[in-house]
Amino acid sequence: MKNIFKSFLSTIAVLAILFSNAQAGSVKIGTEGAYPPWNAKDESGKLIGFEVELANWLCIYMKADCTIVEQDWDGMIPGLIMRKYDAIMAGMSITGERMKVINFSQGYADEVAQLAVMKGSSLEGMDTPSGINLSLGGSNVKSALKTLTGALAGKTVCVQTATIHQNFLESGDVGSVTVRTYKTQDEVNLDLAAGRCDAALAAAVAFTDYAEKSGKPVVLIGPTLSGGAFGNGVGVGIRKDDTELLKAFNKAIDQARKSGKISELAIKWFGFDASM
Amino acid sequence: MDLDFISEHFPRLLKATKLTIELTCLSLFFGIFVGVFFAILRTSKNKILFFISYYYSYIFRGTPLLVQIFIIYFGLGQVEWIRESFLWIFLKEPYSCAILAFTLNTGAYSSEIFRSAFETINKGILEAAEGLGLNKTHTFFKIKLPIVIKQSLPAYGNEMILMLKGTSLASTVTLLDLTGVAKHIISTTFRPVEVFIVAGSIYLLMTFIIHNFIKFLEKRLYYPK
Repeated sequence: MKNIFKSFLSTIAVLAILFSNAQAGSVKIGTEGAYPPWNAKDESGKLIGFEVELANWLCIYMKADCTIVEQDWDGMIPGLIMRKYDAIMAGMSITGERMKVINFSQGYADEVAQLAVMKGSSLEGMDTPSGINLSLGGSNVKSALKTLTGALAGKTVCVQTATIHQNFLESGDVGSVTVRTYKTQDEVNLDLAAGRCDAALAAAVAFTDYAEKSGKPVVLIGPTLSGGAFGNGVGVGIRKDDTELLKAFNKAIDQARKSGKISELAIKWFGFDASM
Repeated sequence: MDLDFISEHFPRLLKATKLTIELTCLSLFFGIFVGVFFAILRTSKNKILFFISYYYSYIFRGTPLLVQIFIIYFGLGQVEWIRESFLWIFLKEPYSCAILAFTLNTGAYSSEIFRSAFETINKGILEAAEGLGLNKTHTFFKIKLPIVIKQSLPAYGNEMILMLKGTSLASTVTLLDLTGVAKHIISTTFRPVEVFIVAGSIYLLMTFIIHNFIKFLEKRLYYPK
């Protein structure tokens, strides 16, 4: 009897060790797979993109066994909270609103947002500075926002749902435009090209990428936008109670930055150094 | 369950329910005409009319509603000559695209329901009508139609409920119906459980109303055989 009890205990101990190891060493990362060049899918359905490659490198630095899983954008944060995966790397900007529910690692990359229209639109040729940072404020920003407000009055602007771009349009900074929301950026691009949207707002790269691949005459207009509602760069989203993983990611990002890996991958996928 | 959270967002969900009801009612309304029209074609002896009706119902019942709405909204929007034609006034709007997709879908199912109801009409009744000297129009409106309505009620009630739930797909083409607004709220609050439970309850309530309305009609139209 004693022996049985002993072997039972040791089995539990072994299992416990195995289980705890598996938990510490394996990380599931959620991404969207529909926001090139951040994350996308190739023709065979394999996940590719800047963040997919970066995630693999970060996991090497963390010595973690990683799997990358797909998740629709509108369920990205709920999926994290419900433990479908342990981290989000999906071009998700660090914003105060999201910080209320999840933690973010330090930012690894940043890029500006910009409005896009189809060539020949009446919105082309807007007279604004080439870029504004909403966090800085000042007369420059104010006058640019005023120009945007005037130009967009009564127009329909299309955005992907639950994004910083939607937040910005609904913040009132550019008056009351009609905002139309889509599940994916692909659908925004389709409807912009179809002429259902007067303009669309997203990461500037998302539009140049689409224009290049589809051959559609999509042009960027107005100033590049950053700061304020656009957050502070893109970071890894992690559950609030997962402080160990947060530390591990921060350390790995430091390492990747120092070794020049982030810049290298950014130049490969964006065509410019979007790392931060 | 956080009641404060629910009561804060409940008015917006209720407001969105209006669009859901609107989409359901309009689609069902147009769908009845489409359904009756194709059901009559199905009984036609003309082979071409029969095939048109047969394949219409076959295609729309054989493909998912989501695919249909995507083809009508995103698909037709890609075709240049459609964008340049007068059709674009109609197809440009997600609202009319959704109504079109829902109408064609429910029309296909209703046509099957009505067709089978037409087939239940006893030949003896029609012979009696002929014997009484009723003309075709009279026979259709005074004899065939009442029987068809009564026969198809239970199945059609089901179709109404399916259509109500089907309108949730309107949110995929940017419309802010009940599901669309629920998703919108979730996207800023990140609390899917509460929001979907409330949205689900509203759907359930509407289903309950339709169900009992059909039951009431069935009772009214009941006659002993």
